[in-house]
Amino acid sequence: MVEVSSYEYPDEAQFGDYCALLKPRVMSLVVFTALAGLLVAPVAVHPMVGFASILFIAIGAGASGALNMWWDADIDAVMRRTARRPVPAGKVAPREAMAIGATLSVMAVVMLGLAANFVAAGLLAFTIFFYAVIYTMWLKRWTPQNIVIGGAAGAFPPMIGWAVATGSVSIESVLMFALIFIWTPPHFWALALFMNDDYSKAGIPMLTVTHGRRTTRNHILAYTVLLFAVAVGLGFTSVGGIVYTTLAVVLSLWFLKGAVAIWRRDEAAAEADNYKVERGVFRFSILYLFLLFGALMLEAALRPYALGGWG
Amino acid sequence: MSFFHPEHELHVRRRSRNLGMLGVLFGLVVVIFGLTMVKVRLEGESVGRGAPAQVQVESGASK
Repeated sequence: MVEVSSYEYPDEAQFGDYCALLKPRVMSLVVFTALAGLLVAPVAVHPMVGFASILFIAIGAGASGALNMWWDADIDAVMRRTARRPVPAGKVAPREAMAIGATLSVMAVVMLGLAANFVAAGLLAFTIFFYAVIYTMWLKRWTPQNIVIGGAAGAFPPMIGWAVATGSVSIESVLMFALIFIWTPPHFWALALFMNDDYSKAGIPMLTVTHGRRTTRNHILAYTVLLFAVAVGLGFTSVGGIVYTTLAVVLSLWFLKGAVAIWRRDEAAAEADNYKVERGVFRFSILYLFLLFGALMLEAALRPYALGGWG
Repeated sequence: MSFFHPEHELHVRRRSRNLGMLGVLFGLVVVIFGLTMVKVRLEGESVGRGAPAQVQVESGASK
Protein backbone atom coordinates (compact mmCIF):
# COMPACT_ATOMS: atom_id res chain seq x y z
CA MET A 1 0.00 0.00 0.00
CA VAL A 2 1.28 3.43 -0.91
CA GLU A 3 1.60 5.80 1.98
CA VAL A 4 -0.22 9.07 1.41
CA SER A 5 1.57 12.10 2.66
CA SER A 6 -0.32 15.29 3.44
CA TYR A 7 2.90 17.22 3.63
CA GLU A 8 2.62 20.63 2.05
CA TYR A 9 5.61 22.30 0.52
CA PRO A 10 6.07 25.51 2.45
CA ASP A 11 6.78 27.51 -0.69
CA GLU A 12 4.04 26.12 -2.94
CA ALA A 13 1.20 28.48 -3.71
CA GLN A 14 -2.23 27.63 -2.38
CA PHE A 15 -5.48 29.10 -3.69
CA GLY A 16 -5.31 31.88 -1.11
CA ASP A 17 -1.92 32.97 -2.44
CA TYR A 18 -3.40 33.47 -5.92
CA CYS A 19 -6.23 35.47 -4.36
CA ALA A 20 -3.66 37.60 -2.47
CA LEU A 21 -1.90 38.20 -5.78
CA LEU A 22 -4.98 40.12 -6.94
CA LYS A 23 -4.79 42.54 -3.97
CA PRO A 24 -8.26 41.85 -2.53
CA ARG A 25 -8.23 44.96 -0.30
CA VAL A 26 -7.64 47.25 -3.27
CA MET A 27 -10.27 45.25 -5.17
CA SER A 28 -12.85 45.91 -2.46
CA LEU A 29 -12.37 49.68 -2.86
CA VAL A 30 -12.57 49.32 -6.65
CA VAL A 31 -15.77 47.26 -6.42
CA PHE A 32 -17.33 49.74 -4.03
CA THR A 33 -16.54 52.88 -6.05
CA ALA A 34 -17.37 51.24 -9.41
CA LEU A 35 -20.69 50.08 -7.96
CA ALA A 36 -21.34 53.64 -6.78
CA GLY A 37 -20.63 54.99 -10.28
CA LEU A 38 -22.97 52.38 -11.75
CA LEU A 39 -25.83 52.93 -9.29
CA VAL A 40 -25.85 56.73 -9.29
CA ALA A 41 -25.92 56.90 -13.11
CA PRO A 42 -29.25 58.06 -14.56
CA VAL A 43 -29.62 54.93 -16.73
CA ALA A 44 -30.89 51.70 -15.17
CA VAL A 45 -28.84 48.58 -15.85
CA HIS A 46 -30.13 45.00 -15.70
CA PRO A 47 -28.88 43.50 -12.40
CA MET A 48 -27.13 40.62 -14.18
CA VAL A 49 -25.32 43.01 -16.56
CA GLY A 50 -24.42 45.22 -13.59
CA PHE A 51 -23.14 42.28 -11.54
CA ALA A 52 -21.06 40.90 -14.41
CA SER A 53 -19.65 44.36 -15.20
CA ILE A 54 -18.57 44.95 -11.59
CA LEU A 55 -17.04 41.46 -11.55
CA PHE A 56 -14.99 42.15 -14.68
CA ILE A 57 -13.92 45.57 -13.37
CA ALA A 58 -12.78 43.81 -10.16
CA ILE A 59 -10.91 41.16 -12.17
CA GLY A 60 -9.24 43.94 -14.19
CA ALA A 61 -8.19 45.67 -10.96
CA GLY A 62 -6.87 42.38 -9.60
CA ALA A 63 -4.97 41.73 -12.82
CA SER A 64 -3.22 45.09 -12.59
CA GLY A 65 -2.39 44.22 -8.96
CA ALA A 66 -0.76 40.98 -10.12
CA LEU A 67 1.27 42.86 -12.75
CA ASN A 68 2.30 45.33 -10.04
CA MET A 69 3.48 42.48 -7.79
CA TRP A 70 5.42 40.92 -10.67
CA TRP A 71 7.27 44.15 -11.46
CA ASP A 72 7.76 45.32 -7.88
CA ALA A 73 8.86 41.97 -6.37
CA ASP A 74 12.33 43.38 -5.60
CA ILE A 75 11.11 46.38 -3.62
CA ASP A 76 8.22 44.47 -2.03
CA ALA A 77 10.78 42.09 -0.56
CA VAL A 78 12.56 44.98 1.18
CA MET A 79 9.50 46.65 2.69
CA ARG A 80 8.03 45.25 5.91
CA ARG A 81 4.46 46.02 4.79
CA THR A 82 4.80 44.05 1.53
CA ALA A 83 7.44 41.39 2.25
CA ARG A 84 4.80 38.68 2.82
CA ARG A 85 3.13 39.16 -0.56
CA PRO A 86 3.04 35.93 -2.65
CA VAL A 87 5.86 36.86 -5.05
CA PRO A 88 8.50 38.14 -2.57
CA ALA A 89 7.51 35.32 -0.18
CA GLY A 90 8.43 32.82 -2.91
CA LYS A 91 4.94 31.31 -3.16
CA VAL A 92 4.23 32.48 -6.72
CA ALA A 93 6.95 32.78 -9.36
CA PRO A 94 7.31 36.28 -10.88
CA ARG A 95 6.65 34.99 -14.41
CA GLU A 96 3.55 33.19 -13.18
CA ALA A 97 2.30 36.45 -11.64
CA MET A 98 2.96 38.23 -14.93
CA ALA A 99 1.11 35.56 -16.92
CA ILE A 100 -1.89 35.66 -14.58
CA GLY A 101 -1.95 39.47 -14.67
CA ALA A 102 -1.73 39.69 -18.47
CA THR A 103 -4.31 36.94 -19.08
CA LEU A 104 -6.82 38.31 -16.61
CA SER A 105 -6.33 41.85 -17.99
CA VAL A 106 -7.26 40.82 -21.52
CA MET A 107 -10.12 38.66 -20.30
CA ALA A 108 -11.56 41.41 -18.09
CA VAL A 109 -11.43 44.05 -20.85
CA VAL A 110 -12.96 41.84 -23.54
CA MET A 111 -15.66 40.51 -21.21
CA LEU A 112 -16.56 44.01 -19.98
CA GLY A 113 -16.85 45.14 -23.61
CA LEU A 114 -19.23 42.26 -24.35
CA ALA A 115 -21.18 42.56 -21.09
CA ALA A 116 -21.60 46.34 -21.10
CA ASN A 117 -20.03 48.47 -23.83
CA PHE A 118 -16.65 49.29 -25.31
CA VAL A 119 -16.43 52.77 -23.74
CA ALA A 120 -16.33 51.11 -20.31
CA ALA A 121 -13.96 48.42 -21.63
CA GLY A 122 -11.66 51.09 -23.11
CA LEU A 123 -11.57 52.93 -19.78
CA LEU A 124 -10.76 49.66 -17.97
CA ALA A 125 -7.97 48.89 -20.46
CA PHE A 126 -6.54 52.38 -19.95
CA THR A 127 -6.76 51.99 -16.15
CA ILE A 128 -4.85 48.70 -16.23
CA PHE A 129 -2.24 50.21 -18.56
CA PHE A 130 -1.96 53.33 -16.39
CA TYR A 131 -1.49 51.35 -13.15
CA ALA A 132 0.80 48.64 -14.50
CA VAL A 133 2.92 50.66 -16.92
CA ILE A 134 2.68 54.40 -16.17
CA TYR A 135 2.58 54.09 -12.37
CA THR A 136 4.31 50.80 -11.52
CA MET A 137 7.00 50.64 -14.19
CA TRP A 138 7.68 54.33 -14.60
CA LEU A 139 6.47 56.87 -12.04
CA LYS A 140 6.80 54.89 -8.81
CA ARG A 141 10.58 54.67 -8.89
CA TRP A 142 11.19 57.95 -10.67
CA THR A 143 9.32 60.87 -9.16
CA PRO A 144 8.06 61.94 -5.71
CA GLN A 145 4.82 62.86 -7.47
CA ASN A 146 4.27 59.10 -8.08
CA ILE A 147 1.27 58.99 -5.77
CA VAL A 148 -0.29 62.12 -7.28
CA ILE A 149 -0.22 61.00 -10.92
CA GLY A 150 -0.48 57.28 -10.16
CA GLY A 151 -3.57 57.98 -8.08
CA ALA A 152 -5.46 58.37 -11.34
CA ALA A 153 -5.46 54.59 -11.75
CA GLY A 154 -7.40 54.15 -8.53
CA ALA A 155 -9.74 56.98 -9.45
CA PHE A 156 -11.10 55.47 -12.67
CA PRO A 157 -13.48 52.78 -11.27
CA PRO A 158 -16.50 55.08 -10.61
CA MET A 159 -16.01 56.51 -14.09
CA ILE A 160 -16.02 52.97 -15.52
CA GLY A 161 -19.13 52.11 -13.50
CA TRP A 162 -20.84 55.23 -14.86
CA ALA A 163 -19.77 54.32 -18.41
CA VAL A 164 -21.23 50.81 -17.97
CA ALA A 165 -24.65 52.39 -17.41
CA THR A 166 -24.50 55.39 -19.74
CA GLY A 167 -21.88 54.43 -22.33
CA SER A 168 -20.31 57.85 -21.88
CA VAL A 169 -18.28 60.17 -19.66
CA SER A 170 -19.88 63.22 -18.03
CA ILE A 171 -19.20 65.94 -15.47
CA GLU A 172 -20.54 63.74 -12.65
CA SER A 173 -18.19 60.88 -13.47
CA VAL A 174 -15.27 63.29 -13.92
CA LEU A 175 -15.94 64.75 -10.46
CA MET A 176 -16.18 61.27 -8.91
CA PHE A 177 -12.83 60.56 -10.56
CA ALA A 178 -11.47 63.86 -9.19
CA LEU A 179 -12.69 63.02 -5.69
CA ILE A 180 -10.55 59.86 -5.51
CA PHE A 181 -7.71 61.46 -7.47
CA ILE A 182 -7.38 64.36 -5.00
CA TRP A 183 -8.03 62.10 -1.99
CA THR A 184 -5.17 59.72 -2.85
CA PRO A 185 -2.15 61.99 -2.08
CA PRO A 186 -3.14 63.02 1.48
CA HIS A 187 -4.19 59.41 2.17
CA PHE A 188 -0.84 57.92 1.09
CA TRP A 189 1.30 60.76 2.40
CA ALA A 190 -0.27 60.34 5.85
CA LEU A 191 0.78 56.67 5.60
CA ALA A 192 4.24 57.62 4.32
CA LEU A 193 4.80 59.90 7.33
CA PHE A 194 4.76 56.95 9.72
CA MET A 195 6.09 54.33 7.26
CA ASN A 196 8.92 56.49 5.91
CA ASP A 197 11.67 54.02 6.83
CA ASP A 198 10.10 51.33 4.65
CA TYR A 199 10.00 53.58 1.57
CA SER A 200 13.50 54.94 2.07
CA LYS A 201 14.88 51.39 2.57
CA ALA A 202 13.29 50.33 -0.74
CA GLY A 203 14.57 53.45 -2.52
CA ILE A 204 11.09 54.62 -3.52
CA PRO A 205 11.16 58.40 -4.02
CA MET A 206 8.17 59.18 -1.83
CA LEU A 207 7.78 62.84 -0.99
CA THR A 208 8.79 62.08 2.61
CA VAL A 209 12.07 60.61 1.33
CA THR A 210 12.98 63.20 -1.31
CA HIS A 211 11.64 66.44 0.22
CA GLY A 212 11.28 65.56 3.90
CA ARG A 213 8.37 65.38 6.25
CA ARG A 214 7.85 69.15 6.57
CA THR A 215 7.14 69.49 2.84
CA THR A 216 4.89 66.42 2.98
CA ARG A 217 2.87 67.97 5.81
CA ASN A 218 2.41 71.15 3.72
CA HIS A 219 1.31 69.09 0.71
CA ILE A 220 -1.22 67.11 2.77
CA LEU A 221 -2.85 70.36 3.87
CA ALA A 222 -2.92 71.81 0.33
CA TYR A 223 -4.52 68.68 -1.17
CA THR A 224 -7.06 68.45 1.66
CA VAL A 225 -8.22 72.03 0.92
CA LEU A 226 -8.59 71.04 -2.74
CA LEU A 227 -10.43 67.87 -1.68
CA PHE A 228 -12.95 69.97 0.25
CA ALA A 229 -13.81 71.91 -2.92
CA VAL A 230 -14.15 68.79 -5.09
CA ALA A 231 -16.16 66.80 -2.54
CA VAL A 232 -18.62 69.63 -1.93
CA GLY A 233 -18.74 70.56 -5.64
CA LEU A 234 -19.88 67.01 -6.51
CA GLY A 235 -22.87 67.58 -4.25
CA PHE A 236 -24.25 70.24 -6.62
CA THR A 237 -24.33 67.98 -9.67
CA SER A 238 -27.21 65.66 -10.63
CA VAL A 239 -25.86 62.84 -8.42
CA GLY A 240 -25.65 65.01 -5.29
CA GLY A 241 -28.29 66.20 -2.86
CA ILE A 242 -28.84 67.45 0.67
CA VAL A 243 -27.70 64.24 2.38
CA TYR A 244 -24.48 63.93 0.37
CA THR A 245 -23.60 67.63 0.48
CA THR A 246 -24.15 67.91 4.25
CA LEU A 247 -22.02 64.82 4.82
CA ALA A 248 -19.36 66.09 2.39
CA VAL A 249 -19.11 69.41 4.26
CA VAL A 250 -18.92 67.78 7.71
CA LEU A 251 -16.48 65.03 6.75
CA SER A 252 -14.27 67.34 4.67
CA LEU A 253 -14.07 69.82 7.55
CA TRP A 254 -13.08 66.94 9.84
CA PHE A 255 -10.46 65.80 7.33
CA LEU A 256 -9.23 69.40 7.09
CA LYS A 257 -8.99 69.60 10.88
CA GLY A 258 -6.76 66.50 10.82
CA ALA A 259 -4.64 67.92 7.99
CA VAL A 260 -4.15 71.17 9.93
CA ALA A 261 -3.12 69.14 12.99
CA ILE A 262 -0.58 67.25 10.84
CA TRP A 263 0.67 70.54 9.35
CA ARG A 264 1.14 72.14 12.78
CA ARG A 265 3.16 69.27 14.21
CA ASP A 266 6.90 68.89 14.04
CA GLU A 267 8.86 65.66 14.02
CA ALA A 268 9.62 65.73 17.74
CA ALA A 269 5.93 65.91 18.61
CA ALA A 270 5.04 63.21 16.06
CA GLU A 271 7.71 60.82 17.30
CA ALA A 272 6.76 61.46 20.90
CA ASP A 273 3.30 59.97 20.39
CA ASN A 274 4.33 57.51 17.62
CA TYR A 275 2.55 59.47 14.86
CA LYS A 276 -0.83 59.21 16.53
CA VAL A 277 -2.37 62.09 14.56
CA GLU A 278 -0.97 60.86 11.22
CA ARG A 279 -2.27 57.34 11.87
CA GLY A 280 -5.65 58.77 12.84
CA VAL A 281 -5.90 60.85 9.63
CA PHE A 282 -4.86 57.82 7.53
CA ARG A 283 -7.59 55.67 9.08
CA PHE A 284 -10.17 58.46 8.80
CA SER A 285 -9.34 59.02 5.12
CA ILE A 286 -10.50 55.46 4.32
CA LEU A 287 -13.75 55.98 6.20
CA TYR A 288 -14.16 59.36 4.47
CA LEU A 289 -14.18 57.87 0.99
CA PHE A 290 -16.50 54.99 1.91
CA LEU A 291 -18.98 57.35 3.56
CA LEU A 292 -19.02 59.83 0.66
CA PHE A 293 -19.61 57.17 -1.99
CA GLY A 294 -22.11 55.52 0.35
CA ALA A 295 -23.96 58.85 0.58
CA LEU A 296 -24.03 59.13 -3.23
CA MET A 297 -25.63 55.68 -3.41
CA LEU A 298 -28.12 56.67 -0.69
CA GLU A 299 -29.10 59.74 -2.75
CA ALA A 300 -29.69 57.47 -5.75
CA ALA A 301 -31.73 55.05 -3.64
CA LEU A 302 -33.91 57.88 -2.26
CA ARG A 303 -34.50 59.52 -5.64
CA PRO A 304 -37.42 57.26 -6.72
CA TYR A 305 -39.26 58.36 -3.55
CA ALA A 306 -38.62 62.05 -4.35
CA LEU A 307 -36.36 62.26 -1.28
CA GLY A 308 -32.93 62.27 -2.91
CA GLY A 309 -31.24 65.00 -4.92
CA TRP A 310 -32.19 68.65 -4.62
CA GLY A 311 -35.93 68.04 -5.10
CA MET B 1 -10.43 11.07 -4.10
CA SER B 2 -10.49 7.52 -5.36
CA PHE B 3 -12.41 4.61 -3.84
CA PHE B 4 -9.94 2.03 -5.15
CA HIS B 5 -6.59 3.76 -4.98
CA PRO B 6 -5.05 5.99 -2.35
CA GLU B 7 -4.74 9.57 -3.46
CA HIS B 8 -1.51 10.73 -4.95
CA GLU B 9 0.42 13.05 -2.70
CA LEU B 10 0.16 15.80 -5.32
CA HIS B 11 -3.65 15.70 -5.21
CA VAL B 12 -3.64 16.09 -1.46
CA ARG B 13 -1.13 18.89 -1.60
CA ARG B 14 -2.96 20.82 -4.26
CA ARG B 15 -6.51 20.15 -3.07
CA SER B 16 -7.27 23.73 -2.02
CA ARG B 17 -5.87 25.07 -5.26
CA ASN B 18 -7.83 22.63 -7.40
CA LEU B 19 -11.10 23.10 -5.53
CA GLY B 20 -10.62 26.86 -5.69
CA MET B 21 -10.06 26.72 -9.44
CA LEU B 22 -13.12 24.51 -9.83
CA GLY B 23 -15.19 27.07 -7.95
CA VAL B 24 -13.81 29.97 -10.02
CA LEU B 25 -14.42 28.21 -13.34
CA PHE B 26 -17.91 27.09 -12.32
CA GLY B 27 -18.73 30.63 -11.19
CA LEU B 28 -17.45 32.04 -14.47
CA VAL B 29 -19.59 29.60 -16.47
CA VAL B 30 -22.66 30.57 -14.44
CA VAL B 31 -21.98 34.31 -14.92
CA ILE B 32 -21.36 34.01 -18.65
CA PHE B 33 -24.40 31.77 -19.13
CA GLY B 34 -26.62 34.15 -17.13
CA LEU B 35 -25.23 37.15 -18.97
CA THR B 36 -25.87 35.51 -22.34
CA MET B 37 -29.47 34.70 -21.39
CA VAL B 38 -30.09 38.27 -20.25
CA LYS B 39 -28.44 39.76 -23.35
CA VAL B 40 -30.48 37.55 -25.68
CA ARG B 41 -33.71 38.46 -23.85
CA LEU B 42 -32.93 42.19 -23.82
CA GLU B 43 -32.01 42.04 -27.50
CA GLY B 44 -35.28 40.24 -28.23
CA GLU B 45 -37.28 42.83 -26.31
CA SER B 46 -35.65 45.75 -28.14
CA VAL B 47 -36.24 44.06 -31.52
CA GLY B 48 -39.83 43.37 -30.46
CA ARG B 49 -40.35 47.04 -29.64
CA GLY B 50 -38.81 48.13 -32.94
CA ALA B 51 -40.67 45.65 -35.17
CA PRO B 52 -44.08 47.38 -35.48
CA ALA B 53 -42.49 50.68 -36.50
CA GLN B 54 -40.50 48.92 -39.18
CA VAL B 55 -43.64 47.22 -40.53
CA GLN B 56 -45.44 50.56 -40.69
CA VAL B 57 -42.61 52.18 -42.64
CA GLU B 58 -42.49 49.29 -45.05
CA SER B 59 -46.25 49.21 -45.54
CA GLY B 60 -46.27 53.00 -46.01
CA ALA B 61 -43.54 52.79 -48.61
CA SER B 62 -45.38 50.15 -50.62
CA LYS B 63 -48.51 52.27 -50.99
